Amino acid sequence: MMLTRDGIAWRIARDLHEGDYVNLGVGIPVLVSNYLDRTQEIFLHSENGILGVGPRPKRDEIDLDLISAGKGFCTLSTGAAIFDQPISFAMMRGGHLSHAILGAIEVAENGDFANWKVPGEAVPGVGGAMDLAVGTPNIYVAMSHVTNKGKPKIVKTCAAPLTARQCVKRIYTDLAIIDVTAQGLVLREVMPGNDPASVQAKTEANLIVAPDWREMDVPETATNGARLRN
Amino acid sequence: MIDKTVSDCRQAVAMITDGSSIMLGGFGNAGMPAQLIEALREHGARNLTIISNGAGTGDYALGALVGDGKVSKVVASFPAPSATQFRERYLRGEIELELVPQGTLVERIRAAGAGLGGFYTPTGAGTELAAGKESRVINGREYLFELPIHADFVFLKAYQGDRLGNLMYRGTMRNFNMVMATAGKTVIAEVEQIVPAGGIPPEQVHTPGLFVDRVVQVARHPRLLELPKEGGAA
Repeated sequence: MMLTRDGIAWRIARDLHEGDYVNLGVGIPVLVSNYLDRTQEIFLHSENGILGVGPRPKRDEIDLDLISAGKGFCTLSTGAAIFDQPISFAMMRGGHLSHAILGAIEVAENGDFANWKVPGEAVPGVGGAMDLAVGTPNIYVAMSHVTNKGKPKIVKTCAAPLTARQCVKRIYTDLAIIDVTAQGLVLREVMPGNDPASVQAKTEANLIVAPDWREMDVPETATNGARLRN
Repeated sequence: MIDKTVSDCRQAVAMITDGSSIMLGGFGNAGMPAQLIEALREHGARNLTIISNGAGTGDYALGALVGDGKVSKVVASFPAPSATQFRERYLRGEIELELVPQGTLVERIRAAGAGLGGFYTPTGAGTELAAGKESRVINGREYLFELPIHADFVFLKAYQGDRLGNLMYRGTMRNFNMVMATAGKTVIAEVEQIVPAGGIPPEQVHTPGLFVDRVVQVARHPRLLELPKEGGAA
């Protein structure tokens, strides 16, 4: 079995807890907001200047001046703060957020990763990705384990242009959860129906299998596209 | 009596000459000085260098200015896929792009406004955006040296302003506006309401008036009034 994109987001949400200050990148990461435990105070950061992004507004709740980093309208959670760019990037680059969840094109075994320049994209855009990557203590990557052509995305050395060096702490894919450690990549959890050997077969870099590795505990809806609940 | 108000956007941008560098506040539509940008289009100055987070979206404001062929260089962090006018011209080699990570862009503007000669940042070290930059190891970590960015003109968008140039923003309008206000030779603010001096409580003056040279009250650009075509949240 493999996780859907929402399934990966659901699993990441289980690892975020009260008091965490989290930036969610585009793609799978932004889906994490749908699966957070709303009884816990987890603050979502938006690089344009919000700490405490709430759910998307209903149509009659839209404030034309209130948008999040994806440029769409948003609401604020209780206790939110709004600020300007220097403060927002001090939070990011200065290491004040606890987590950034980011998509990636490739992750290397030493924690290097590439996510800003898609091969073949002629017009580059970087935004705040590099600032988040160099500053945030817990960089979690959310991505498919292999490309749509079956090529491993967890590699010995990144071929795509780097976002930052040696910063990824954990990788969540549709098959596994892998920690980046000083000793190398440590396989922690594997989707049911797979085993460490089958995950290694889809991974270019060497995996160290954690002695206490286990099957990922996820609901069936995280694999079949049916509506997931947090 | 100090009075920085001007009657319309055309008058506010009249002194802009060909070859000027112009900073534009805003992130997405929030805090975008769209009416000043439209007035600049009509004004006709060319060969402009634009400093902005994005490179214009669609066919209005900066997107339209770029589409008119009036911009020769953009200093930006994120020319989005929706920056269609920019992309076309960039791919034809008609416009230069200086790509700067967003936090570095912010800090280069801040450095200019704060009178600093530059700064060292870890952002971009070891990446292709480090090419040609001086680097230095500080406490075991590599940092890149980055220079300040000044501009001849700065366009801001705020919610309220007064004749002294004091500005207040609402929602997420602050974004780049507050820092850009410090980094230009001539700073022009588009506001939705002009209030009497003292009308903005001092604790809520986000941009102090000394940074601002001109204030113009103008209705919100129609594109900044648009709601999504369908619903809000599901």
